[in-house]
Amino acid sequence: MSALLALFAREWRLAVRVGGGALMGALFFLIVVTVVPFGVGPDLNLLARIGPAILWIGALLATLLSLDRLFQVDRDDGGLDLILMGETPLELVILVKCLAHWAATGLPLVVASPLLAIFMNMEPIAIGATTLTLLVGTPALTFTGAIGAALTVTLKRGGLLLAILVLPLTVPVMIFGVSSATAVLYGNMPFSTPFSILAALGLFAMVLGPVAGAAALRHSGE
Amino acid sequence: MSMAPPVTRLIGEELTLDRGGRRVLADLSFTAEAGVALVVTGPNGAGKSTLLRLIAGLLRPVAGRLAVDGGDPELALPQHCHYFGHQDALKPQLTVGENLAFWRAFFGVADAEVYAALDRVGLARLIDLPAAYLSAGQRRRLAFARLLVTKRPIWLLDEPTSALDAASEARLLEIVGEHLDGGGLVVAATHLALPFARMDGLRLGPATVGAAA
Repeated sequence: MSALLALFAREWRLAVRVGGGALMGALFFLIVVTVVPFGVGPDLNLLARIGPAILWIGALLATLLSLDRLFQVDRDDGGLDLILMGETPLELVILVKCLAHWAATGLPLVVASPLLAIFMNMEPIAIGATTLTLLVGTPALTFTGAIGAALTVTLKRGGLLLAILVLPLTVPVMIFGVSSATAVLYGNMPFSTPFSILAALGLFAMVLGPVAGAAALRHSGE
Repeated sequence: MSMAPPVTRLIGEELTLDRGGRRVLADLSFTAEAGVALVVTGPNGAGKSTLLRLIAGLLRPVAGRLAVDGGDPELALPQHCHYFGHQDALKPQLTVGENLAFWRAFFGVADAEVYAALDRVGLARLIDLPAAYLSAGQRRRLAFARLLVTKRPIWLLDEPTSALDAASEARLLEIVGEHLDGGGLVVAATHLALPFARMDGLRLGPATVGAAA
């Protein structure tokens, strides 16, 4: 247990210190969402309607961009070898690394999203719903992305391949995340229906990500 | 670990291993005894590092087996080993003390204080310096201190004295000697002559067949 706590503390420190990139994800998110109104034009009703989707796409891209170094740094400096030789199961190591990564880069996105939602002229109820879906949905993105990060760990420029591998897998999370948020706006279905499926997807990814990632990492040395 | 019987012997039997479609080790057998350093020598590419990574569980053999006599039956062979390879596993953003404290906590059993271990390798006064500012030799010494904060019976040393000055090299060999005197096992890969008090040799050639200790 203390090994996992130490790992979480280390990952957190690495993320928030110079070059860690914790704030980079949030800044990227800010830029992406800010650029959209310039492309779409000053149609406030349109912006309010597509707001939840834009926030979700921004969060998805920001998460994927910061994930490619999740295991690669440890592999490059030899730390991964030592982690594999430890007594802690690799699945738990990946779980903790993902949780620390989410706390440092995913959580700031969730915190920033109400502010950005105002940029998108969204109504208060839609802002609340979108923030809630991002809170539940961004961990699913991190855990799913960890599979791609583990698969591309041996590639020097694996970032793009990671996005290609992972983006299709995130489609269900996107669909149910955005539909929960729009369900509140239009009342065409209860909020809880897509939201429960989103939460279930998150829990599923939390199990699948570490198990699949560990299998990929174990074979990366061969 | 303290309740488990000590590891007395590490045995490799007819190990065969391929890397990138090329046979690196063929039918290699060896025995490493507690208290005696097994020094693996051979030209570049002979498979010295590969053998150490194999023992550390980072590579899988095509055929053959590895076994230990004694040790904790709950743990696999890699968990009895410390691997001191070419890479230092240091995070430049963390301080010297933080780097070592992490590995001490991660390996579960803390046997020595971080400060004491750093003092042993001559880095105690740099404890608060970010690892980014260390020289190559200092990085090696900090990586070596990892072997001191958590006790594991088998030390796998890959070119342990590279980048070290004469004084640091002597200090490192002294620590390895103490580990051997305490009943530890050492498998060291090197192309230099390492003066250990009691040592066996294992020579790997370009075509390794049945080399024995």
